[in-house]
Amino acid sequence: MNIYVCLKQVPDTEASILIKDGKSIQEANIKWIVSPYDEYAIEEALKLKEKTPGSSVTAVCLGPERVHNALRTALAMGADKAVHIESNGYLDDQNTARALAAVIKADSAFGVIFTGKQAIDNDSYQLHILLAESLAVPVATNVTAFAVEGQQVKVQREIDEGAKEMIEMSIPCVVAAAKGLNTPRYASMMGIMKAKKIEIKKVTLSEIGIREDQNKVQLLKLSAPAEKPQGRIIPGEPAEAVKELVRLLREEAKVL
Amino acid sequence: MANIGLYIELKEGVFKKSNRELLSLARKSGQSVHAVIFCADLQPYLPELQGIQTVIQVQGPDLAYQPDRYAQTLADIIAAFKLESFCGIFSAQGKDLFPRLAAKAGASLVNDCLAVDLAARKAVKPVYSGKLLAEYQVEGGRALFTVRPNVIPVAPLAGGAPQVKTAALDSGEPLTRIVEVIKAAAQKVDLTEAEIIVSGGRAMKAKENFAVLEELAQVLNAGVGASRAAVDAGFAGSDMQVGQTGKVVNPKLYIACGISGAIQHFVGMKTSKVIVAINKDPEAPIFKKADYGIIGDLFTVVPLLKEELRKALA
Repeated sequence: MNIYVCLKQVPDTEASILIKDGKSIQEANIKWIVSPYDEYAIEEALKLKEKTPGSSVTAVCLGPERVHNALRTALAMGADKAVHIESNGYLDDQNTARALAAVIKADSAFGVIFTGKQAIDNDSYQLHILLAESLAVPVATNVTAFAVEGQQVKVQREIDEGAKEMIEMSIPCVVAAAKGLNTPRYASMMGIMKAKKIEIKKVTLSEIGIREDQNKVQLLKLSAPAEKPQGRIIPGEPAEAVKELVRLLREEAKVL
Repeated sequence: MANIGLYIELKEGVFKKSNRELLSLARKSGQSVHAVIFCADLQPYLPELQGIQTVIQVQGPDLAYQPDRYAQTLADIIAAFKLESFCGIFSAQGKDLFPRLAAKAGASLVNDCLAVDLAARKAVKPVYSGKLLAEYQVEGGRALFTVRPNVIPVAPLAGGAPQVKTAALDSGEPLTRIVEVIKAAAQKVDLTEAEIIVSGGRAMKAKENFAVLEELAQVLNAGVGASRAAVDAGFAGSDMQVGQTGKVVNPKLYIACGISGAIQHFVGMKTSKVIVAINKDPEAPIFKKADYGIIGDLFTVVPLLKEELRKALA
């Protein structure tokens, strides 16, 4: 099976994010990582490859030159091929989905496509579904268990507070990974060495007919949210402090 | 005046509380509001739907949620009623349904909005896990928005009864098939909609100790959450995790017990109206972010707090 995994490179979860010019962020001191949910997607793609003889995993990533590092991470974990869609400006989700779909569609035998359920930069929560719709294939989101039986995929997805949906769909399809699906492996030294030798295929947006002026959703501006003023410590022995806390919650904060 | 639409979400037949936030947003917009609701009997929900122009009741032999059918039905309604903008709740179902609807309706979607200007088709949403806010505008075509629960103030009901129209559920064969829904073992408070949340961190030390928080939560009718540290240590289920790789919550009151307050957790609960921290480490970063803090062992403080609240709320 020709397995695909779409990933995004994002700032590290601990990074402080500063605004550059109202529409973009300062990239100077940022450590870039593979978006955490995409790591579950890579792991599940590799597990499926290991179970399905004759399979390959292709990692696809859209972004500027720096995303090579994200693709190298996927290759070092065990992906076989990597495609970099070069994009230096802002693309809305529909345009991004169309770009990924164009690359995947070029392979008439694509099978299961894995993504994360969200990328933790824009948190737009829709790319995986727009990608599936663009390819006219089924999609399951927020997936915590995945199995293949013949040409059918069976997944479990989390809905509200511990409730789950069991979903069936046929291959090809898109599966958006959530925490709990698996434990992503670390790249081995051998994997890292091997990854260095694999050539990353480059695709430009113009080659696949995507233009930034086709964006329908415009980013108008970025701003920093208002900071909370520092609160106060309630002094005294626990029994006293608790009494005072309840009073404050009722009379000052008025939340009870 | 533009036509705008709302998706009224029912959960096992129960009108979700956040629908009131959507309806308040829509009534205030001054546009012609069309609320779409999938139900066999509209009567129980009509009192909530005062003051809007039109209710579109979707009927069908089996109204159980199937994402492809729901999305196609809504796309057809959006086209038939010429709805320029369409809003829903940023819930588990909303996250699944709205992107499908965007594709099927040829519309553009902004998820997880904190504010929506329906006339201008602009919305503000958190990005980088709430470290920044982004303002987006949908320029061409139809605009879809999902709204984060507990953000938009609910206005009192006013206005007359809406006109009722009906539509048929799409009967196409779904590509993505939900074959079974497994309910949670216990009826838990939905964290993303909860008004009060009690949350535990690494200092809970063991899974059984969450009972201490459950007891406090019961007095407050609160949901129980956990930090990533507590989930990764196996003290709590991943559905309870609040934070960057868990749920984003937005309650009136968030009580953090034995949580140090790493940025990963903070971004998941920072918009809580009031944050209370209970921690025995006076240097814990959570105290810088909390409105009220008590320095002390949670196993001493939480039971005392429970008793005090029981008396106060009696």
